[in-house]
Amino acid sequence: MQFLSGISLGQFIPGDSLLHRLDPRCKIISTFLLITGLFMASKIPDLVLWGIFLLALPALSGISLKTILKSARPILFLVAITALLNLFWTPGRAVFQAGFLKVTEEGLMTAFEMGMRLFFLVVFASMLMMTTNPMAFSDGLERLLSPLSKIGFPSSEMAVMMTIALRFIPTLFEETDRILKAQLSRGADFESGGLLKRARSFIPVLIPLFILVFQRAENLAIAMESRCYVPGMARTRLNPLVWSGKETAAILGLLAFITAVVLLDRSYFLGFVAI
Amino acid sequence: MIIEHLSYSYNSGTPSEALALKDVSVSVSRGEWVSIVGHTGSGKSTLAQHMNALLIPQSGLVEIDGVQVTPKAKGLRELRRKVGLVFQYPEQQFFAETARDEIAFAPANWGASGEELEQCVDYAVSSVGLEPDLLGANPFSLSGGQQRRVAMASVIAMKPDYLVLDEPTAGLDAPGINELIRLLKKLRSEGLAVIQVTHDLQSALDHSDRLLVLENGMSVAGGAPEEIAQYLLENPVRGLVMPPLVQFAAGLRERGITLDLTSDIGTIIKKIEERRPCAGIAGERQDTCSF
Amino acid sequence: MGKDPIFSLRGVEFAYPGASFYALRGVDLEVSEGEWVALVGANGSGKSTLAKICNALLIPAQGDCFVMGANTREEALIPDIRRNVSLVFQNPEDQIVASIVEEDVAFGPENLGLPSSEIKRRVDRALGLAGLLNERRKGSFSLSGGQKQRLALAGALALEPAALLLDESTSMLDPEGRLSFLSCLGSLKLSGMTIVQITHRMEEAIQSDRVVVIDAGRAVWDGSPGDFFDGAYRDWSFEEPPGVALYRELLGRGLLPGGTLPDVDSMLGALCL
Repeated sequence: MQFLSGISLGQFIPGDSLLHRLDPRCKIISTFLLITGLFMASKIPDLVLWGIFLLALPALSGISLKTILKSARPILFLVAITALLNLFWTPGRAVFQAGFLKVTEEGLMTAFEMGMRLFFLVVFASMLMMTTNPMAFSDGLERLLSPLSKIGFPSSEMAVMMTIALRFIPTLFEETDRILKAQLSRGADFESGGLLKRARSFIPVLIPLFILVFQRAENLAIAMESRCYVPGMARTRLNPLVWSGKETAAILGLLAFITAVVLLDRSYFLGFVAI
Repeated sequence: MIIEHLSYSYNSGTPSEALALKDVSVSVSRGEWVSIVGHTGSGKSTLAQHMNALLIPQSGLVEIDGVQVTPKAKGLRELRRKVGLVFQYPEQQFFAETARDEIAFAPANWGASGEELEQCVDYAVSSVGLEPDLLGANPFSLSGGQQRRVAMASVIAMKPDYLVLDEPTAGLDAPGINELIRLLKKLRSEGLAVIQVTHDLQSALDHSDRLLVLENGMSVAGGAPEEIAQYLLENPVRGLVMPPLVQFAAGLRERGITLDLTSDIGTIIKKIEERRPCAGIAGERQDTCSF
Repeated sequence: MGKDPIFSLRGVEFAYPGASFYALRGVDLEVSEGEWVALVGANGSGKSTLAKICNALLIPAQGDCFVMGANTREEALIPDIRRNVSLVFQNPEDQIVASIVEEDVAFGPENLGLPSSEIKRRVDRALGLAGLLNERRKGSFSLSGGQKQRLALAGALALEPAALLLDESTSMLDPEGRLSFLSCLGSLKLSGMTIVQITHRMEEAIQSDRVVVIDAGRAVWDGSPGDFFDGAYRDWSFEEPPGVALYRELLGRGLLPGGTLPDVDSMLGALCL
């Protein structure tokens, strides 16, 4: 029995690819552009283009297609639910009817499109996380949000907080796995009984987990303090972010691609109306 | 308990696949103390978790009292009772409000109640030598040594036939370690099988009947302490540091004294006195040694 | 005028909030530059509290702690004190801030607001001292236990401190990791680093210049490792690791001259077999 194994949640995969080397700000902006693009254009022909874009990612990131696709696994359930809802609740020409359940042609289309849209969204977002180490990611976000610090937004503290939160994820999984196993070997039963009993059976896991995580967070706080960390104080960086020509080129290239997809979407839409 | 040709990989079938055990065989009988030694990441803990059916063999065989561990095997829960597994830093699994509740958790999970449950708790408490007036205390408020005893009791309370311990002495100071070793010896004399996973070679050589040496998931040697000491002297294994006493005994051998590598201090002293080096000039730095 | 000692503790007392007893009950201690002091004592003797006092993480209830002449009571001096004295804790995992080795080492210097060329110089140097140059681009959590603790050491060294405080830094390591960590300390000592090493493993005091025994919140013995293992050792209820037990037995029977240390080579040598 292996709990919680194989959950990647878009964890950083170290590497030296083009995507790895891009400035995190560039990658964050790109992800936003991609998501915007996805919402503007997700008809079936557009999806083909998004699919082609997806196929280019392994070459750009040095991460196998299989691993990239796997990053969507945790939300497959959500994708399925969204698709199902759209499948049954979209009015239109019925292709199949059983009792009150009616599947329409439009429903089929929307279900597929919504599902795929969500899928691409998660894959693109995890691509960002897989190629950007957490420190760089929070650095990038901090810099992007730094204009807000003028109006009192604690962008620097937030960046450190995020680094730490991300750094704690593997620890959290490891500890949960260990405590689950330990209680299992003491006869804990997480699988039988009603909902209430099952929920109760997790108390012996949650209490030690909370205690441990708080303790370790406290230890980390002391360690950071002893390494001269003072919240809110100006920090410098070992590797300051550099926005060079390749970042600008990447953004422009991506913008061109997204514009093309959106234009195609609009022309397809126009053409469809014309018929 | 019989383990044969056991192999196991974490995340098998994914890019992060990591081989943890490869073709490991070992058997343990009741009343026996077997130590599994190796470096961190040698597969020791993975092996321990197989003994308790927390992990199911991917290939090879794990059989406990005639029950083979397979994904569909019935009675895996009963196996977990028979084979008590004490994790590293077991006090980190505390959740109950009193030490008594903590100890009663396991037997209650296996359906003990009332008189029987009391009896399980009493057995465990007297086994580990916990002061009964500590039973009402919050386990988190106890000292490190007391916490470890409560944690041990919480596993012993289910009256296992096999006790598997993952680095049981980690985090304890010397008095705590000695106390734990005494407890394990007592349990073994009562017929329990003790399986200790450790990187402390000294304690493994001192107390176990047999040792299994793991390196990178493979078993490189197995046998009685003297054989293993001899093996490790000739073939250094990653992560295992020769204990000072064995180094010393090996040094004496090089100087022509015949003795076991796992000799205790008394024997070593006797052997040295037989040679009577520099007799009578003790306490001074002698530059002249008269032989 | 002589140089200020690195640490100077005078009558330091401390109790944790809500605790009914004093963790430290009047500690007097001076550590001068370049010394390697082993603070030994049983669990709960107050050793770790002492380490936190020396780094201004805790402030004495009574008495004073001076770090290179600066009183830890003066809040304005605390940043300097922390820069001068770096702590390495027990659990290596609880000290890792960043997920990449070199970025974790850079955390301290980044907090000091140094320019990135200087941060880079310090990171290179610290990684070299800790023997982690080949691991610099690796994930912090992919390192072995011993490497993680040397990463914590590098993080401390990157602040370029005058002294290192090690709070049970080897107690969670396996023997391999412990040896690699201790040999790192050995070379740091040679380069003139002041080291205060808190440990409950008596045999780790062998490498030090000076042993201070902490018992029930007091510094009760202070002397050389030779004297410690020769005589003082038996006055405190320490359980003996086998190597030390053998040494004491040989010493007691007059088979070894006094002043040797309980490490295998020097014992075998001194036996003159």
